[in-house]
Amino acid sequence: MDFNDTKEEAAFRTEVKAWIDANAPTYLAESLVASGFGSTGTGDKDPLAEAKMWQKKKSDAGWACIQWPEEYGGRGATPMESVIWNQEEGFYSKLSGTFIIGQGMCAPTLMAYADEDQKRRYLPKLASGEEVWCQLFSEPQGGSDLAGLRTRAERDGDNWVINGQKIWTSGAQYSDFGILITRTDPEVPKHRGLTMFFLDMKSPGIDIRPIKQANGESGFNEVYFDNVIVPDAQRLGEVGGGWQVSLTTLMNERLAIGGGIATGFPEIKALVETLPMGDGFAIDNPAVRSKLADWYAKTAGLRNTAARAMTALSKGEVPGPENSIGKLVAGGMMQDIAKYAIDLQGLKGVIVDPELAVSSARFQAMLLRSPAVRIEGGTDQILRNIIAERVLGLPEDMRADKGIPFSQIPSNTGSTGKTSTSR
Amino acid sequence: MNFDFSNDEKMIRDQVARFLSEQCDSKVVRGILEGDENYSQGVWTGLAEMGVMATAIPEAYGGVGAGYPSLCLVAEQIGAHLAPVPFASSVYLATEALLQFGSDDQKESWVPRLASGELIGTLAADAATSCRVEAGKLSGKKMIVADGGIADFALILAEDEKARIGLYLVELNHNSVKRENLQTIDPSKNSSSLYFDAADAELIGGLDAGIAEIDRIYDRAAVLVAFEQLGGAARALDMAVNYARERFAFGRPIGSFQGLKHMMADMYVALKLAESNCYFAAWALDTQADELPLAAATARVSATQAYQLCTRDNIQVHGGMGFTWEFDCHLYYRRSNYLTLILGGLSEWEDKLVDCLPDERAA
Ligand SMILES: Cc1cc2nc3c(=O)[nH]c(=O)nc-3n(C[C@H](O)[C@H](O)[C@H](O)COP(=O)(O)OP(=O)(O)OC[C@H]3O[C@@H](n4cnc5c(N)ncnc54)[C@H](O)[C@@H]3O)c2cc1C
Repeated sequence: MDFNDTKEEAAFRTEVKAWIDANAPTYLAESLVASGFGSTGTGDKDPLAEAKMWQKKKSDAGWACIQWPEEYGGRGATPMESVIWNQEEGFYSKLSGTFIIGQGMCAPTLMAYADEDQKRRYLPKLASGEEVWCQLFSEPQGGSDLAGLRTRAERDGDNWVINGQKIWTSGAQYSDFGILITRTDPEVPKHRGLTMFFLDMKSPGIDIRPIKQANGESGFNEVYFDNVIVPDAQRLGEVGGGWQVSLTTLMNERLAIGGGIATGFPEIKALVETLPMGDGFAIDNPAVRSKLADWYAKTAGLRNTAARAMTALSKGEVPGPENSIGKLVAGGMMQDIAKYAIDLQGLKGVIVDPELAVSSARFQAMLLRSPAVRIEGGTDQILRNIIAERVLGLPEDMRADKGIPFSQIPSNTGSTGKTSTSR
Repeated sequence: MNFDFSNDEKMIRDQVARFLSEQCDSKVVRGILEGDENYSQGVWTGLAEMGVMATAIPEAYGGVGAGYPSLCLVAEQIGAHLAPVPFASSVYLATEALLQFGSDDQKESWVPRLASGELIGTLAADAATSCRVEAGKLSGKKMIVADGGIADFALILAEDEKARIGLYLVELNHNSVKRENLQTIDPSKNSSSLYFDAADAELIGGLDAGIAEIDRIYDRAAVLVAFEQLGGAARALDMAVNYARERFAFGRPIGSFQGLKHMMADMYVALKLAESNCYFAAWALDTQADELPLAAATARVSATQAYQLCTRDNIQVHGGMGFTWEFDCHLYYRRSNYLTLILGGLSEWEDKLVDCLPDERAA
C-alpha cells in the first residue's frame, strides 16, 4: 500500500503543474473559487465561451481527455495520470462542467459502438470542446424507468424517422450532437424494443424549449422530434439492442458524476472557521464540531473509495456498481450542509443577493441546487436499489411489467401503453 | 499510488480467518458471554501458536516484523469473529506503549513474552490522579480497565510524590492488587476494576518523558480497533443480507421489500466509506505519515458509525428473531457498542478529528 507518487507519477505531476501554472485562466480564479453550485462563476465573462476557450487550449497542448487514445484527441494516459491531472487542475475543472455529459457519457458510448471513421470524426472535437454533446434519454414517461420511453424511430430505407419528446436534456440548447435512445418495437418487452442513435442537434424537425428549474436557472430542456431524419449509419449497436448500449452510458455516468463530486465540505469548513459564535468561532462549538467531523469522515471516505477504484482500474479491473455510492452520499450531504450553514447564519441566511449574503450566497445556491443532485443521473432510490440488487445480491423488486410486451404495459395515460408518445 | 494490501498481507489475513472460522464460532463467544471464564484460552493459545500477536513487533523483540498493514487485516478478522480474547489490550496498547516508551532493557524483558502470547498486558492511561506512586510502590484504583481481570500486568498512568506523571508497569498476579470483574454491555469482553495497595511499580521510560505522547498510542490503537469494527460490521451486514434472502413474508422474500433493501444499501454505504478510511489509516500507520492523527480519527469515527448502524439494523432485518438471545445479532450489537467506548467514545473522536483538521483561515 502506498499513497505517495511513484517516481514517474511525481514527474508527471510536475509537468502538469508547470503547464497549468503557465496556461490556466488565472483571471477567472477568484470567481471560480467563489462559484456557486449548478453554475460556473466566470464573473462578467461568458461561461460557455470561457469553458470552450480553456478546453481548446488544453486540447491544443494535449491535455484534454488525457485518458483517451491519441487518435481520438487524448494522450493515452493511465488512470492514475488522469487522477493527477484532475487534482492539479483543481478549481479550473469547474469550467469543464459543460463537457461532462459529452466526454464522460457520450464518448465512452461512441468508443464502444461507433465505427472507426465516426470515432475519428467526432471524438477529437468532443475532446477539444469545439463540439458539445447532450444525452437524450429521459422522457415524460421514462425517467427512473428509462426503458418505459416512447419516442419512436421508424425505419425508412437507409434512414430512421424520429417522433416524440425528450425531457430534462441538459445543455440541449447549446449542443451540436446528442445520443438518443428510441423505441423501435413496441410489441416486445420494454427492454428489448429499444435502439440507440446519435444525431445532429441542428437536424430539421428538432424543437428545443428551455425549462425553468426550481432554482431559477435553465440548464435543462424539452426536446421535441417531428419527423426528424437520422441515417442508419448513425445507429449505435443493434436494432433492439439500445438497452445494452445505454448501460455503457449509464455506467460511465455514475463514474463521471460520482468520482470527483462536490460535497460542500471545504465550504462549510471555511464558514465555521470564520463565523463568530459565542466567545469564539462556530468551529469551537461542540455541536458544530460533531457535524463537521461526520461530514469530513464521509468526504474522506468518498475520496479514499475513489482512490481504491483507481487502483482497481489501473490493475485492469472493471469499475462496478459499487461506484454508485459517490453521488448517493454527496447529494444528501450537500443538502444537509447547505441547510446547516444557513441555519448558522440566522435570519441573514434568507438572503440570496451575493453582495449582501454570507459567503457570497454560495450556501443559498447550494440549498436550491442540491435537490437536483439527488435526482439527476439516477435518483437516491434507484441508486439504493442498484446497491441492494447488484452489489448485495438481494432479490429484484417485484415488477408489474415484467415480460409483457411494451404496448400492453399499464400506465396512467390509459389502460395500456398504446397511447404512445405525447406531443 | 497503490491502494491495496499486498498478497503477503492477504495471506496472513486468510490464515487467521481460517483458524478463527474453525476455532472461534459463536459457541465459543457465547461460552465467554454466559460462562465464568474471562476469555477464551483456546483461541488465545491458537493465535499465539500461529505467531499472530507478534505480527507487527520488530524481529529484535521476538516479533515477525510483518508490518502494521498485516496487523490491520488480523484485527479485521478478530472483529469479524468477535474473538473473546484480550488482543486489543495486549497487542495494540500494552505492546505498543512498551515499544514506544520503554528503555531497551524494558523492551527486551517484556516485549518478547507479549509477542509469544505468554504474557497478556493492558493499559490504563486515564485519570492519572487516581493512582499515586511513593518509593516505587503504587496505590490507588482504576475503576474500569479493559481486560483487567485477565492481564498479567497493567501499564498504569500515575502521579508521584511531586505530582509528576509517569507510566508504571505493575504485575497484577500479586496480593497487593485486587481485581473485581464488572458487568458490562458486552460480557464476552472482560472489564475489571483494579485496586492497588502499595504494589511494586516499574517506571516505564522517564518521568514526564513524552507521556503527552500517550495520545499517539491511542491514535495507533484506534486504527487497529477500527479494523475490528470494520470486520464486525461486514459480518452484521452479511447476516442481514442472508436472512433477508431466506425469510418470506407476504409471499415473497423480505429482501425484496425496498424498506429493507434501502436500509441494507445504507449499511453497505457506511461500511464502504469506513473501509476506505481504514485502508488509508493503515497506510498512515505503516509509514508513520504526518496524516496519522487525522487518518486515525477519521477511520475511528466512520468505523464506529458503520458498526453501530450495521448491528442496529441487522436486528431490525431479523424481526423478532433478532431480539432473541439465541440469535447472534445481539452479540454483534453488544460488541459494536463496547468497541465504541473503549479508547474514548464517538464524540471524543469527533472532537479530535476536528482538532486535526488543518486551519485554513487566511493567515
Ligand atoms: C438537473 C437535472 C439534469 C438532468 N439532465 C438530464 C440529461 O441531460 N439527460 C437525460 O436524459 N436526463 C436528464 N435528467 C433526468 C433524470 O435522469 C431523471 O429526472 C431521473 O432519472 C428521474 O426520473 P423522473 O424525473 O422521471 O422521476 P421518476 O422516475 O418519476 O421518479 C419519481 C420518484 O419515484 C421514485 N422511484 C421511481 N422508480 C422507483 C423505483 N423503482 N423504486 C423506488 N423509487 C422509485 C424516484 O426515486 C423519485 O423519487 C436530469 C435531471 C435533472 C434533475
